[in-house]
Amino acid sequence: MRPVGLYVHFPFCDGKCPYCDFYSSSEDEKTKTEYANAVVKKIAFEKEENGFLFDSVYFGGGTPSVMRGNDLKRIAEAALSNQDKDVLREFTVECNPSSASAELFDTLASCGVNRISMGLQSAVDGERRALGRRADAGTVSKRIKEAFSAGISNISLDLMLGIPGQTRETLKASVDFCAESGAKHISAYMLKIEEGTPFYEMGDKLVLPGEDETCDLYNEACEELEKSGFRQYEISNFALPGFESFHNLKYWNDEEYLGVGASAHSFIGGKRSYYPRDTAGFIGGTEPVQDGEGGGENEYVMLRLRLCDGLTEEGMKRRFGHAIPEKMRKAAERFTSYGLAVSDERGIRFTRKGFLVSNSLIAEIIG
Amino acid sequence: MKAPKDNIRNFCIIAHIDHGKSTLADRLLELTKSVALRDMSDQILDNMDLERERGITIKAHAVKLDYEADDGKTYELNLIDTPGHVDFNYEVSRSLAACEGAVLIVDASQGIEAQTLANTYLALDHDLELVPVINKIDLPAAEPDRVAAEVEDVIGLDCSVAPRVSAKTGENVEQVLKRIVEDIPAPEGDDDAPLRALIFDSVYDSYKGVIVYVRIMDGKIKAGDTMRMMATGAEFTVVEVGYMRATSMEPAKYLSAGEVGYITASIKTVGDARVGDTVTTAQNPAKEPLPGYRKVNPMVFCGIYPADGADYEALRDALEKLQLNDAALSYEPETSGALGFGFRCGFLGLLHLEIVQERLEREYDLDLVTTVPSVIYKIHLTDKSTVEIDNPTHYPDPALIDYSEEPFTNAHIYSPPEYVGAIMDLCQDRRGVFKDMTYLAADRVDIHYELPLNEIIYDFFDSLKSRTRGYASFDYELLDYRKSNLVKLDVLLNGDTIDALSFIIHSDKAYARARKIAEKLKDNIPRQMFEIPIQVGIGGKIIARETVKAMRKDVLAKCYGGDITRKKKLLEKQKEGKKRMRQFGTVEVPQEAFMAVLKLDDDR
Repeated sequence: MRPVGLYVHFPFCDGKCPYCDFYSSSEDEKTKTEYANAVVKKIAFEKEENGFLFDSVYFGGGTPSVMRGNDLKRIAEAALSNQDKDVLREFTVECNPSSASAELFDTLASCGVNRISMGLQSAVDGERRALGRRADAGTVSKRIKEAFSAGISNISLDLMLGIPGQTRETLKASVDFCAESGAKHISAYMLKIEEGTPFYEMGDKLVLPGEDETCDLYNEACEELEKSGFRQYEISNFALPGFESFHNLKYWNDEEYLGVGASAHSFIGGKRSYYPRDTAGFIGGTEPVQDGEGGGENEYVMLRLRLCDGLTEEGMKRRFGHAIPEKMRKAAERFTSYGLAVSDERGIRFTRKGFLVSNSLIAEIIG
Repeated sequence: MKAPKDNIRNFCIIAHIDHGKSTLADRLLELTKSVALRDMSDQILDNMDLERERGITIKAHAVKLDYEADDGKTYELNLIDTPGHVDFNYEVSRSLAACEGAVLIVDASQGIEAQTLANTYLALDHDLELVPVINKIDLPAAEPDRVAAEVEDVIGLDCSVAPRVSAKTGENVEQVLKRIVEDIPAPEGDDDAPLRALIFDSVYDSYKGVIVYVRIMDGKIKAGDTMRMMATGAEFTVVEVGYMRATSMEPAKYLSAGEVGYITASIKTVGDARVGDTVTTAQNPAKEPLPGYRKVNPMVFCGIYPADGADYEALRDALEKLQLNDAALSYEPETSGALGFGFRCGFLGLLHLEIVQERLEREYDLDLVTTVPSVIYKIHLTDKSTVEIDNPTHYPDPALIDYSEEPFTNAHIYSPPEYVGAIMDLCQDRRGVFKDMTYLAADRVDIHYELPLNEIIYDFFDSLKSRTRGYASFDYELLDYRKSNLVKLDVLLNGDTIDALSFIIHSDKAYARARKIAEKLKDNIPRQMFEIPIQVGIGGKIIARETVKAMRKDVLAKCYGGDITRKKKLLEKQKEGKKRMRQFGTVEVPQEAFMAVLKLDDDR
């Protein structure tokens, strides 16, 4: 059986960041342990029943680091049981600087975790406070050092663009922090105000950089990160050579993954499904909700075009047995003269300017 | 049973819009027990939804009322309703020709208005006996004495016995019936002469075919007769004749001189039973038709296109069906580079256009794009030939044009004197030629202008209303063609001419209009992936320009956690949004932007 990715969602946070719409709540320790039990049981069932092997494991959230180390360990063991050690290539755990600790990193390292993803968002403390981040930048530095000491050197940091008060200068300070921190991978997301979040409720009272400023910040981030050696490989992702996220590439390559936990999504055997956003339900054994077919040509194109490599002739041929359809080429070629896309013998890909309007471009290309 | 000719009264009700015509008609129906009270819904005569909403009568209808008078006799009252808008003046005139008298309603708070006078003159032209009625006496602002004096002064009607009524409450309405019987003469006509029946309306019915509403002037008609339309020569075998009742049709053995009734003869379109035509019989034809027939010609034209090209067939079917009932509507296929396949449609006026458009959208559930309305221009070419243009797309090369002519109208505006300045400003702005101004009463002025039709068809009436706080009224008729300095404005998006946005305009107006269009487009075209230059020009000369800046950001930054479906759905939504956009060359324009440009004058 071909290995797939495993995503485990931990819907727990000590507090809710005002911009975040991922599923999480704060629960007592008992619930967290019950949840861990349910996850272990589900993974064990899937491995037993379907013979899954995982070449990538990703603990996301929420905040996996608010779990007890032992609970995380039990889940890791379940995930990696009955498979050769060398099947696993990447094991990422998202950590919050305020809840992680040297002890937790040691535990994680002992379970096979080789990559830590931390939400820095900004290295400027004023901006961090506006985002509701509880630790300061100094704490983030400290956590990175602790992870290194535990033997985990592959650190990814999240940066946020277009946040209240952000300027080119403060952004540069954040990028410099990333470069100096020893991180190998940076995800730089533009803040999007999601319905139902406190930022959304603030309405006009929330002063954000405008569309043009946010675009400038994005370009600035890309340039500064590249100057520091972080090569852009996806709309929002940058890595030192060889440190591209193996797990996230599965999403963008439209490959299979199993999702376990409340609100986790799966794509297995051409079918998409997800668990409802309901922690108690998951503990109680709710089955996933079917979410239609996946893996079709348009979906593949939509996802691949997020990557700097774009949609390649080679990839298209391998996956669907034919060249990039003429219709898509034609649509893409309309944008090449505006500097939004490149269409050549290798395939179709977007420029940085094109990434910023990728929704429109993709909609045009998949028609 | 037939009433003797002496007991027949044929009349119509004329009034300015909102003076209470339909309400009075309803009261008359009630008083004559023509309609059971439980069937009464307000304003029975106006039976199209649209008419109710707009509070205007679009098409004429007729109804026969039996009235038992104090003298013990039963009278047959034929109430012929008339359309209440200038677009339908010809149809009004045919309805009036079917009557011996008219009830003239004047609002006790507003007094004489434009259509009060216009319709009065029309009625006098037809030698009708006028029965003045002062309505709305229940209103706090009612001044029946003053209004009665105004009617006496301005129209010269004796108002000493004029009923003062409230059609709304029913107060004194009985008196109106009395006056109709006493003042309006009975019809004349010879039952034994060859048939001459005036068609004053015709309506398509999917079961009976066209129902032809007629007033019999001479002769008789019965089922089985071969009827002949004198203008078109078309012949049909009469299936049924009868009377119109308020809620039903009542078949009769025959119709005879002086009567008002209907004829059905399996006629397939109203185009074969044109308003104003004379019906005779093939067996014993009349020598001369009744006077006054003319084929109504559309004055205002625009392109109508389905918003979704796939609806072209549906639009054609809908127009076909509407035309069954509306001989004044014309349409023929046309194509536009920008809008695809559609129809060039002709209308009596802007209201007619709006009614048709609304009916298409409402009754046939079509999503439409209409182009800027145009009038018929006469373009005289250097080779001495003349072309008539109702579509800017066909505008000839300016180098070949010797001179152009545009239609002018005779326009009367009635208003309180304090708005004269504002009205004259408006008319000057619309290139009007001032003729004269008459005081009808101390607080009523008739301002007479000659106005170019193309200045009226956009929004003249709305502007007039807003400048006079609704107090002014307006009436116009086509006058003549005059030499004019016309130009064609073209709109270019990203360098491509958008034919559907072109229009013909007086050169004095071109610059201001061009700027306005460019601004409107800029405001209504969403940012796209590249900068879009908007240019408006005459020939090759650009006289206004704007730019839609390129969209910079439209991206889903986050795509982790594997929720691909959500992202797919977002893209689906985006694609749906695109469906509502029109592709103009390389530029996508939402339908709303298109409409905003066409309704340019709304916020002038």
